[in-house]
Amino acid sequence: MTFNRNTLVSSIALTATLMATGAQAQMSDNAVRIGYLADMSGTYRDLAGPGGLEALQMAVEDFGGEVNGAPIEVSSADDRNSADVGANTVREWFDTQNVDLVAGLVASSVVIAATKVIEDNNGLGIVSGSAASSITNEHCTPNHIHWVYDTYPLANGTAKAVVEQGGDTWFMLTADYAFGHALEADVTRVVEDNGGEIVGTIRHPFPTSDFSSYILQAQGSGAKIIGLANAGADTVNAISTASQFGVVQGGQQLAGLLIFLNDVHAMGLEDTQGLLLTTGWYWDMDDQSREWAERYFERTERMPTMVQAGIYSSTMHYLETVAEEGTDDPETIRAAMAERPVEDFFSRNGRIREDGRMVHDMYLARVKSPEESTGEWDVYEILSTIPAEEAFRPLAESQCELVTN
Amino acid sequence: MSHTTALTPAMKLQRRAKLRRNALYLVLIAIGLVAPFVAYPVFLMKVLCFALFACAFNLLLGYAGLLSFGHAAFLATGGYVTGFLLSSYPGLTPELGILAGTLAAVVLGALFGALAIRRQGIYFAMVTLALAQLVFFLFVQSPFTGGEDGLHGVPRGALFGLISLRSNLAMYYFVFAVFLIGFAIVQRAVHSPYGQVLKAIRENEPRAVSLGYNVDAYKLLAFVLSAGLAGLAGATKTLVFQLASLTDAHWHMSGEVILMTLLGGVGTLFGPVVGAGVVVSLQTQLAQSPLGNWVSVILGTIFVLCVLSFRSGIVGEIQKVVKKNFK
Repeated sequence: MTFNRNTLVSSIALTATLMATGAQAQMSDNAVRIGYLADMSGTYRDLAGPGGLEALQMAVEDFGGEVNGAPIEVSSADDRNSADVGANTVREWFDTQNVDLVAGLVASSVVIAATKVIEDNNGLGIVSGSAASSITNEHCTPNHIHWVYDTYPLANGTAKAVVEQGGDTWFMLTADYAFGHALEADVTRVVEDNGGEIVGTIRHPFPTSDFSSYILQAQGSGAKIIGLANAGADTVNAISTASQFGVVQGGQQLAGLLIFLNDVHAMGLEDTQGLLLTTGWYWDMDDQSREWAERYFERTERMPTMVQAGIYSSTMHYLETVAEEGTDDPETIRAAMAERPVEDFFSRNGRIREDGRMVHDMYLARVKSPEESTGEWDVYEILSTIPAEEAFRPLAESQCELVTN
Repeated sequence: MSHTTALTPAMKLQRRAKLRRNALYLVLIAIGLVAPFVAYPVFLMKVLCFALFACAFNLLLGYAGLLSFGHAAFLATGGYVTGFLLSSYPGLTPELGILAGTLAAVVLGALFGALAIRRQGIYFAMVTLALAQLVFFLFVQSPFTGGEDGLHGVPRGALFGLISLRSNLAMYYFVFAVFLIGFAIVQRAVHSPYGQVLKAIRENEPRAVSLGYNVDAYKLLAFVLSAGLAGLAGATKTLVFQLASLTDAHWHMSGEVILMTLLGGVGTLFGPVVGAGVVVSLQTQLAQSPLGNWVSVILGTIFVLCVLSFRSGIVGEIQKVVKKNFK
């Protein structure tokens, strides 16, 4: 029966890995092991994916490949955006390979599942890809850190800045599921607090490919700003449709709440020009960023997204802490990482809060028009900086058990 | 030994076949018992859960000839109901949670079945797909499922309130037992007079009607049985991974189970088990290899090859070879 032959084959493979790695295990037993879990083949591939793994490996190489004499070993897996595949992989890493750090972590459902497993096994995880602010709110654990961004500063930063710049009437285009609702609620609160007004809201099913009727409704609403509380392909489709209907040329502006460099690059400046967005990092924002981004570009021929840069930054911070502490014990490292300020090419005024949120300066950006752009990747103009302490959800509003207890 | 001599040669042959089959079952059960010491138990549990799911699907496709394209709905319903109950009522023991999940899938199966079996062929498949999409929408929107984020941190608890399932080994033997029960139900159903009637319906429905069988009742029972077993698989899976997510409800999952069944061998008892084993192993092994980005492409290619060149699936082809050479 092939089923048994199969289990046999896999068991042989497994025993082989066990034997290969059994000689040294953990830094406590002479190696620092990092597992990189991300969507390597689906929707979020360009956001983190293989490029994120490259950033991780770059950090390991820059660090010298070893910590205090213990080699750094990197393994990676594709979670295929499935919570059970992700959770299962992480569990296997802990059970059979003694992984010390789980990095990457993109789709929210995968991240929440994976962090539960990380907590059960008392490991350490650094979430770089996920957008959900619940990861350090109701789903917080003492065993993970959320590094790059979440929906709170995205909504907060973009909406506030837009209202301040005179965009005080909004029409919301919301993806009809929990994530979209949460984002819409955040934006509504920020807009109203700053004296703006939501003149209309329309919810579209998730996912949607034809946005014509929604965009026409938004156009007819007379609102100055059309807020896109959706993500991924939905956002891309909505923006393309808006471009076809001449929304921006008609005097309205789009505010994307969850947009990445790779989205803008893929859609092109023609369709996205004038779009306002909040980002955690941009490759061309200063010398330090440019220097790192160019090194990255040489390896991958793509400019890094904020997530990929965050993966490098967080891995470096982790390795430096491990080297300094001389241990890879998750509890010690988690505490020591929080004591060290995070200052590098990626993060300004960064620190890790007790709920696991790494707060750092965020930036409000506007997508350039094709005339303003000087190159393929020259797509954002940074308008202003949102200070770290204002950008993220204040601890006073936190529902995280680590904060409330 | 007077009664032995009274047997006709045909009966002898049948008896010998039965003995051989029982011996095979015993060997396989023995392998199943030692497997967790050789391979990673969580991986084995995943294989078993999907094998049960595929067996349930095979009961419908392989023996009743009904191609359901919405079986993910039952898998997910079992999973979500069990997950929700176990995380909301900490006093509930896992076996009761699984039972509740299975029951929910049975009820849903009866509902869907009653509607879907009124149509045949492609229309049947479309009706089940449409109904499953409705269920998917329900799970995306309902607050109890956690929507996109899924349901997390389902406690494994203690079996009968006595045996803790926290350790992977204990959990494995529980899952193995559940799988055996599910498999035994399918085996019994197939080898009973009821199974014979199902096959008759599959081969020639009007003829079965003309022979006086209430075809709709038979088909509905097969559908409900299949849905219930799929729910059992989903409920068990939720307990193993301690989570239920939208992946289980997505139509991809309905497609995946078709792949498993066809690859292993539709209409054979072990086919779905083998198919599930192959697909899950490929997914797991490939995901962590440099070929990780190509999982879907590789599985797709295998599927095409299977349909083009060995249509009766792995087990089906093996059976053909055995029949040709050893009988």
